[in-house]
Amino acid sequence: MSDTELLATAGAPLTARDFASDQEPKWCPGCGDHAVLQQIKNTLPDLGIKKENFVFISGIGCSSRLPYYVSTYGVHGIHGRALPMATGLKTARPELCVWVATGDGDALSIGGNHFIHTLRRNPDLNVVLFNNEIYGLTKGQYSPTTKLGLRTVTSPSGVIDHPFNTASLTIGSGGSFFARAFDRDGKFLRGVLTRAAKHKGMSLVEVYQNCPIFNNAAFEAFTPENKPDLTVYLEQGNPLVFGKSGNKGIMLDGFRPIVVDIEQQGLSTSDLWIHDETDLNKASILARFTDDREGDDEPLPCPIGILFAQDKVTYEDALTGQIAAAQAKGAGTFEELLKGDNSYVIK
Amino acid sequence: MTEIKEKSSTVHMIPKTSVSVLFAGDSGDGMQLTGTQFANTVAVRGSELNTFPNFPSEIRAPAGTISGVSGFQLQFGSKPVYTPGARFDVMIAMNSAALKANLKDLHRGGIIIASTEGFDEKNLRLAGYPEGANPLEDGTLSNYIVFPVPVLQLTREALKNSGLGMKEIDRCKNMFVLGLLYWLYNLPYEGTVETLREKFSKNPAVAEANINAVKAGHYFGDETELFANLGRFDISPHKQHGLYRRVTGNEACAIALTAAAKKAGLELFLGSYPITPATEILQTLAKMKKWGVKTFQAEDEIAGIVSSIGAAFGGALAATNTSGPGLALKTEALGLAVIMEIPLVVINVQRGGPSTGLPTKPEQSDLFMSLYGRHGDAPLPVIAACSPVDCFYATYEAARIALEHMTPVICLSDGYLALSSEPWKVITEESLADINPKIQPARKPEDPPYLPYKRNEQHVRAWAVPGTPGLEHRLGGLEKQHETGNVSHDPDNHELMTRLRAEKIEKIADSIPLQTIDNGPETGDLLVLGWGSSYGAIKTAIENAHEEGYASVAHAHLRYLYPFPKNLGQILGNYKKVLIPENNNGQLLHVIRDRFLIEPVGFSKIKGLPFNEMEILDKIIDVIKELE
Repeated sequence: MSDTELLATAGAPLTARDFASDQEPKWCPGCGDHAVLQQIKNTLPDLGIKKENFVFISGIGCSSRLPYYVSTYGVHGIHGRALPMATGLKTARPELCVWVATGDGDALSIGGNHFIHTLRRNPDLNVVLFNNEIYGLTKGQYSPTTKLGLRTVTSPSGVIDHPFNTASLTIGSGGSFFARAFDRDGKFLRGVLTRAAKHKGMSLVEVYQNCPIFNNAAFEAFTPENKPDLTVYLEQGNPLVFGKSGNKGIMLDGFRPIVVDIEQQGLSTSDLWIHDETDLNKASILARFTDDREGDDEPLPCPIGILFAQDKVTYEDALTGQIAAAQAKGAGTFEELLKGDNSYVIK
Repeated sequence: MTEIKEKSSTVHMIPKTSVSVLFAGDSGDGMQLTGTQFANTVAVRGSELNTFPNFPSEIRAPAGTISGVSGFQLQFGSKPVYTPGARFDVMIAMNSAALKANLKDLHRGGIIIASTEGFDEKNLRLAGYPEGANPLEDGTLSNYIVFPVPVLQLTREALKNSGLGMKEIDRCKNMFVLGLLYWLYNLPYEGTVETLREKFSKNPAVAEANINAVKAGHYFGDETELFANLGRFDISPHKQHGLYRRVTGNEACAIALTAAAKKAGLELFLGSYPITPATEILQTLAKMKKWGVKTFQAEDEIAGIVSSIGAAFGGALAATNTSGPGLALKTEALGLAVIMEIPLVVINVQRGGPSTGLPTKPEQSDLFMSLYGRHGDAPLPVIAACSPVDCFYATYEAARIALEHMTPVICLSDGYLALSSEPWKVITEESLADINPKIQPARKPEDPPYLPYKRNEQHVRAWAVPGTPGLEHRLGGLEKQHETGNVSHDPDNHELMTRLRAEKIEKIADSIPLQTIDNGPETGDLLVLGWGSSYGAIKTAIENAHEEGYASVAHAHLRYLYPFPKNLGQILGNYKKVLIPENNNGQLLHVIRDRFLIEPVGFSKIKGLPFNEMEILDKIIDVIKELE
């Protein structure tokens, strides 16, 4: 245990260093996971939560090693099952701040069932989904988010499975928070993580994370040079403006989003789509921006930031509420438990 | 049989020590309710009692067919009864399918009360009787005493002024039969009247109709000449004075988990997925919010156990309940619980397998899976309940072992125990063993570093619960380094940890009771070694064997299947032969042979039905004759 950790328990403000464990991350050099880990460690001290009240839960995969590298309580569980473990923990101990580190294979393939059901229940978990669109730990097989046509060791002729749209899946499953960020965009990621942590309910943060070994090209399009034209950063109450010179915007043509050139078409930003993260319908359309659409002259940019955030009662609050109601006239005693309500006397 | 007294009825009263009754009818005939009501009345009167419902897995199989027959069997007596009866003395047959399906289990000379409307042409055809055959009329039941009663007609007559429609009136016919049985066994109907008023409090007309049907059945017994030659039966109460409740095995499991959590000062969490015949444990606990119980109905069996592992990591007494197919799905997570060394109770209510198998029928065929069904070397304690009430004590003990030894524990019940019920004298909190979880206290800055896998002399590591300052640590499925718990691929460390985990479980044998002989001599010719729900049948068979002069037969019943009690080998050596009856193809037989290098006699019954005392007695006599 480090000296800084002892200081933290003594009441001094925590720093990112307090959350570093004594284990050396065993991710490949250049892996996006390093950057995400750093931003998580940067985010935790800002939350005003005692260190001993943080728990990190994960499944299996490269990103699921994360709990070993954070000096909080943690469990590195089994493949696909991080969410039910986190749900059980949060239900038993609602006062803990529970984080989940998972990947595209862990959360969406083997853990797909848990993913949709945990979203609809809405326990207050902070879920970081490291999406590298590939299976890294098992060395390069395609995942449920791998793009169509990609040749991998298990798809030598190209992937024929249509990928999941994580945002649509989240929103369609009744999720209450969805955000997207890049691994390399540290400051922005930290902001998103902070918002996710403060969201009461299950927050799903999809991080586009590069696997330099098995899927290095996955997010190549989003180079610093191309990124302005290919992404739109969402800000609550602001119009959807993007492009290198901020000249492009999104308008809604009925339910169909279209890319407009603000100057050329003589538009003002007030004509554009104004982002409202609480609007489920808009979020559903935003979520579909990343789909390939035939017939589009210009593809829609990938939305980055908080696509959707809505207040929704959490699972643990609903359950503890029911328990409180059942105990309104006093908690059950041991005697009542053993006696039951159908006992009878034999004289 | 002697006549004891005349009642208002002209029919004479005959004392009896015990009787086994089967209520059988179509699954829509309300046989479970009828049987349960009869059992309640018998229990409250102070009789010894054992019940067993037997129903199809279909919610509503085609009416009138054999596959749609639902039965409720019970035995009650003025002496202890441990089974619902090998054969029944009395059968209520609401239709011809019910008769056909159950006749083979009726004692020769037994009583059949048949609802004649269930033996019309259509019902006979649906039951598969040949054209023109009617067992009530063609003499094929000459070995039994048959009472054809036009139940439907009599119910309709009795309720013609009830204001109810014909359908609702017809639905009361089971209560008519119940009233008749109360008359036949000299039992009061007031308790049932009260229950019906409560049950139908929102529909008083229906309540009154049901009550009147009960009364009409009772009056019918008084008025009819039908039973004049037979007589009525009186079974005197036996139970000691005191406060009792009646529990099924599943209810007992639920109460035990809650009691264990309270005794240990912990919160109870159950992660569970509905599965027959284990679901009532979840249902019962879901209603126990007053005691702070948290239940989580998961999306699947895996989430059921994994959520419990999460809750256990969080410091709760965590449990999951399931049946065979569910336990199969949970095996990977069980391995995680083994390597995390956290407390977890897994209640497996066994049913006929493999695969979906016989969902509503009991079997003891998950012993191998419980003992060995995990990848890697992953031993864990396995214990078994032997009666509905014992489901309480077995589950409580499973929780105690889990919490005190930091391990997942499998507690085996089965579909027979789960749904059967028996009276249970209400116990006190003080009578329950203390449970002392090994919770690690907070660490002060000057204390040495916390080592998650540091063990005590029993090899038990401490439970460091999130929220405790200074104990932050990471657990997981990757092999742990000795003491530090850090990930380790070191070859020697893996071997050490595998051995430590195994020794930890074996050391539990130091703190569990020695095996005892339930009945019979300490040494002798034959030991009948049982486990689980065969207890009642073996116990009764041994009593019968002793009565018949086979004095050198004893009975030992295993609660602890892993690790075994330390003296088991010695006990097995005290008899010339060991007989192992099991509702499977010989699983304990293999285990005993493997462990003690002896050659016991196996006795398998794999019919989706529990053992009865007669077949075990026959087998005992066979084995003894061979020894001679």
